[in-house]
Amino acid sequence: MNRIKNHPILEETQAAKVPFYWNDKKMFAKKGEMLASALIANGIKIFGHHAKDDSPQGIFCANGQCAQCTVIANGRPIKSCMTPVEKNMMVEPCEGLPELPNIDVKPEFKEISEIETEVLIIGAGPAGLSAGLELAKNDTSIIIADDKMDIGGKLVLQTHKFFGSTKDCYAGTRGINIAKKLVADIADFSSVKIWNNSVVLYIFSDKKVGILRDGEYCLVKPKIVLNAAGAREKMLPFPGNTLPGVYGAGAFQTLVNRDLVKSSEKVFIIGGGNVGLIAGYHALQANMKVVGLAEALEKCGGYKVHHDKLVRFGVPIYTSHTVISASGEEHLESVTIAEVNKDFQPIGGTEKTIKCDTLLIAVGLDPIKEFEQEAAKAGMAYFSTGDAKEIAEASSAMFDGKVTGIKVAKKLGKTEKEIPAEWSEKAEILKSPPGKTYSHYSEIQKEEGVFPVFHCLEEIPCNPCISVCPFNSIKINSDSILGLPSFEGKCIACGKCLTVCPGLAITLVDFRKGDEKPVVSIPFEFPKYKVEKGDKVTVVDIDGIQLKKVKVVKVQEREKQTKIIQVKATKDIAKKIAGIQIQDPKVCKPLAETLLPKISDDTIVCRCERVTAKEIRDWIKKGVTDMNQLKQLTRAGMGACGAKTCENIILRMYKEEGYDLDDITRNTRRPLFIEVPLGDFAEDKSKKE
Amino acid sequence: MKMNNNYDVIIIGAGSVGVPVALFLAENDFDVLVIEKKASPGQGQNKKAIGGIRATHSDKAKISISQESIEVFSTWQEKFGDDIEWETNGYSFPAYTVEHEKMLKELLEIQQNFGLNITWVSKEEYLEIAPGISSDGLRGSTYSPEDGSASPYLSLNAFYFKSKEYGADYVFDEQVISIKKQSNFLVESDKKSYEAPIVINAAGNNARKIGKMVDLDIPVQPDSHEGGITDGVQRFFYPMIVDLRAGPGSKNYYFYQKENGQIVFCITPEPPIEGTDSRATSVFLPQVSKRMIDLYPRLKNLKVRRTWRGQYPATPDGFPILGETRSKGFILGVGMCGQGFMLGPGVGKLLTRLLTNKLSVDDKENLDSLSLYRNFGGEEKFK
Repeated sequence: MNRIKNHPILEETQAAKVPFYWNDKKMFAKKGEMLASALIANGIKIFGHHAKDDSPQGIFCANGQCAQCTVIANGRPIKSCMTPVEKNMMVEPCEGLPELPNIDVKPEFKEISEIETEVLIIGAGPAGLSAGLELAKNDTSIIIADDKMDIGGKLVLQTHKFFGSTKDCYAGTRGINIAKKLVADIADFSSVKIWNNSVVLYIFSDKKVGILRDGEYCLVKPKIVLNAAGAREKMLPFPGNTLPGVYGAGAFQTLVNRDLVKSSEKVFIIGGGNVGLIAGYHALQANMKVVGLAEALEKCGGYKVHHDKLVRFGVPIYTSHTVISASGEEHLESVTIAEVNKDFQPIGGTEKTIKCDTLLIAVGLDPIKEFEQEAAKAGMAYFSTGDAKEIAEASSAMFDGKVTGIKVAKKLGKTEKEIPAEWSEKAEILKSPPGKTYSHYSEIQKEEGVFPVFHCLEEIPCNPCISVCPFNSIKINSDSILGLPSFEGKCIACGKCLTVCPGLAITLVDFRKGDEKPVVSIPFEFPKYKVEKGDKVTVVDIDGIQLKKVKVVKVQEREKQTKIIQVKATKDIAKKIAGIQIQDPKVCKPLAETLLPKISDDTIVCRCERVTAKEIRDWIKKGVTDMNQLKQLTRAGMGACGAKTCENIILRMYKEEGYDLDDITRNTRRPLFIEVPLGDFAEDKSKKE
Repeated sequence: MKMNNNYDVIIIGAGSVGVPVALFLAENDFDVLVIEKKASPGQGQNKKAIGGIRATHSDKAKISISQESIEVFSTWQEKFGDDIEWETNGYSFPAYTVEHEKMLKELLEIQQNFGLNITWVSKEEYLEIAPGISSDGLRGSTYSPEDGSASPYLSLNAFYFKSKEYGADYVFDEQVISIKKQSNFLVESDKKSYEAPIVINAAGNNARKIGKMVDLDIPVQPDSHEGGITDGVQRFFYPMIVDLRAGPGSKNYYFYQKENGQIVFCITPEPPIEGTDSRATSVFLPQVSKRMIDLYPRLKNLKVRRTWRGQYPATPDGFPILGETRSKGFILGVGMCGQGFMLGPGVGKLLTRLLTNKLSVDDKENLDSLSLYRNFGGEEKFK
């Protein structure tokens, strides 16, 4: 079974085993688990083959948006990522077009119920819940609709501790725990209805919002729509990009952190923003090998502390590199990358092929705008918050949700409260991208006593360390929380700053038991890599450069999920030690033989309808500038996901052909946002069978 | 493009009618300009059509126009190579009431007299044609196997590119704002002006507005219909299925399964929803789902992929308005009542014969019956 055991942060739930059958072979799922996750946990990664070109299909969005995970369950074609396993479910791959089961009996029909509310919040993530809390405090009736089973949006997938400000947005707390806190806070209010497993299908012109709630279709009539639906991952076009095993970091986190499915052995990541860097850390926590991360820019865009964590653990980071192709017969087997020049064009001769079974695409996010666009078309009042408004960290989304919640309450006349002027400044700080990077530590000269060392050289909005020190000995040398921390005063080696730091970027150096060989305390979150007293471990500096093999003198379980490893090291390296290497560099080594890229004309641009770059480019070259016409000519965008994946790629192709995007007519958006069976709009399910 | 902006014919509207008219005129060496306010051809109602094409109408004019259309659709790929997804999958009108059975059988006789291949099939025969369809109260069905379907947008794009090969000019993103009659018509758009002795109004929903520019009142009033398309599944039936019964808030509805397995469907609201608002309503999906599943329970597990709302540019009697007007040289190809796609090529051929003085006696009779100056008191039984 491909299940994650001994995750450092997540506890395995003791769910009952549910039997099901894949091609008549008996398998087991966890009760309540989505079929896609159960299949992957049982080693099934190929879910069928496309009707158009017989290409293998597997998990892609893990989010109900596309249909690439379609399988046949009990005779019905369904999206396996959104369908819970039922006892003794008969499941088979979807080979080509599925057969629609014959049904003789007419179902009972129902009237569609209509529900009024003051505010409909779409998305119960950090922004939506924070906004909901403010609205609830102002006595507003709200429905928060979220398409997932678990409330909290992407927070429930975040096992790492959060950056930002302790006071304003739970910095230093793990995302999964923030979600629990937000839900607990909001659950106290009777005017709040939280609807999980509720997919918003469309906002209609008669100002009604169609929602499929637990499989029951209903219409909600809100006075105000608040779009807190978050963001959508961007996709990259390259040969092999639709092979099973190539997917977004979000899908990966869903499999690994929500369902504790060990989806992969060897992961390669494209994109060095926070999403990619964190996904890499999550993979390591799940006991997978991370065989590399490629970033097209000269420097990773994510926080340096996230980057440093990966480097310290032994993950090679290829900056100024891009993906050339993904290869494999039925499933991903390797990725080929190459160095790029200043114009981001691959440099011939620099290609490397790296073995991996999973390729995560983490090249940025786009706000999900369709809800507010349709609300606007219907003439409804609407607001947006969080990533749906502007892409930023979750800490920023929570603060923005709070501000937006008050704005909505004001609009409804529920409060006279003015939003404090300093809040907008605070919001700006929380949104800040990484600032200046310093090349040197603020040197601590002394070689006596005990003190923390901050391996934190980049200005980011983060302050948990200063708030946790019992003697207030840690300060930020700046007016805002963007500055770097420094130490002055008393330290008793309590280790609180070590375990609270989201970047795991603080160590303690203790000279109290000897001047020549001080003890260095290092935070550690990897139970799979058993480190015990007496072991020899390789310690590395902030850049992951190996320093020495040193002896572990003590292992402390200081916090349930974070250990502190104490090593003895000579004083010349003690202050440089930033971490322990856990991954053998050998697993990341490129193959001797490079797989050269296929012709990029073959690249699939529209994965739902299997439309190649050549088919699209030919029409662009013939002068087709209306994307609606392009769709009609090629079917690109006509598939299940509704152009959510290919639109950006097609726009990029227009740019490549020398078009100004202002001259391109965009696709018309139509209902539904997500496909659902006709029966969901008509059938009275309470009278089933 | 021509430098002097002088043409033989200016067509207003690059849609289901305008494009095939341009095609056949250009093929006959007319200098043609098509002016379209949208960004590319077929972006009005053409792409909203579900693609059914039949000759089995209730009157001679539409039957002969459609027969000519089917000739164009069915031979296109053979002649020019473009796959427009033409298929002779047939049409069927199953009867679930005595009245519908009677009406359909009466009509059948007229249709057979026009030489159309249409028969009455028994309940048992029909259950083989549409396996799994509700047999509750089913009395049999008409079946016309030579009717068919094609992709509206692939057909229109094929006609468009071919017409350009023949020399037709198109301007997009230009809206006609006035038409002045001097020795020629002076057609002004929001960007430029053009001149031609003949102007063809193929403006679909906007036919009445364009008519007013030359002081004609053309009784075309758009009303809205919503349609949708599903995921693809293995094919289990072929013909268009038209359920003539009325339901709450709706009249007939119809659907068929395309070769790629997708099912396309559309419903007629009752009372009609006038106007050109194309935003989706919350009424449509529950309404049509209930009716389709009641007729065909198997459809309940089929996923809806996309829906849309479009208009039938309707006339008082349900028949198109074609041909010459009292404004000499101003010609109509309007009021298609939701059948612009299937009638388009036939209309193109007919209007081309009109402009080349090659009308047959039948053509003349047909044009008379569809003239702007006819008595609009009749009613199409088979809209």
